[in-house]
Amino acid sequence: MMARVFAYPRLSVFVLIVWLTLNQSISPGQIIIGTALGLFAAVTLSALQQPGLRAGNPVAILRLVGFVGLEIVRSNIAVARIVLRPRAERRSGFLTIKLEIDDPYALTVLACILTATPGSLWVNYDPRTGLLLLHVLDLIDEAEWASIVAGYEARLKEIFR
Amino acid sequence: MSGLTDLPLWAAILVSIFVLAGSAMTLIGALGLLRFRTFYERVHAPTLGASLGTVGVLAASMLFFSVTRERVVVHEVLIFLFITMTTPVTLMLLTRSALYRDRAEGQDDLPDVRSVEDR
Repeated sequence: MMARVFAYPRLSVFVLIVWLTLNQSISPGQIIIGTALGLFAAVTLSALQQPGLRAGNPVAILRLVGFVGLEIVRSNIAVARIVLRPRAERRSGFLTIKLEIDDPYALTVLACILTATPGSLWVNYDPRTGLLLLHVLDLIDEAEWASIVAGYEARLKEIFR
Repeated sequence: MSGLTDLPLWAAILVSIFVLAGSAMTLIGALGLLRFRTFYERVHAPTLGASLGTVGVLAASMLFFSVTRERVVVHEVLIFLFITMTTPVTLMLLTRSALYRDRAEGQDDLPDVRSVEDR
């Protein structure tokens, strides 16, 4: 039991920070409640028996965050253009891309990035073949989408190795 | 509650720009829902509101309350974090159900996701 309480120190600290930020207070009472919540979250997560997370390199994480931020702005503008343009020739469709990463956490982050970015949507991943099924709004150039995904993959590989 | 009178002009202008930019982005996303023709295209439209739309409104909120309360207010960042982490899950579930339905109805030009169903 004790081992499970302290199984995920980073998660516990994260929950504590979220709790204190939400309450906008660092009073001892809130710190105690936040710590209790963080440790409870660790116990809950160990019940799910997730594989261990080996996240590394905070610099690589910051670089990924910055890159994703720029991509989100760029694709927001691109999709807004598509919406506002009078009915123009446009082809949307499904696209299959072979992924190199197989770490479940890296795949989760990639799924969130691709779906949170307007214009691309993660539909399915087959762990046996490593094939990702993606739906994109503006399917002009399949190779361009493949290289965008490969760019994310390279950055994720630096973080989850 | 501190009123609008406490807000200096430069901050009022910046807050307005952020609010307008964020809501304009969300409006464009809503227009996209109307204008796109297929379900799979429509799923893309609301992400405008969930990304830059949210960022605009939250940036305005952070600036407004940081200036009027004279301390840094950052818990809006959490809203962005939670939205970014949860919206994709909903969109993925919606798309996969749509794909399942369309294939069950016999649209064979759509890609197969059976490999996941039989796992």
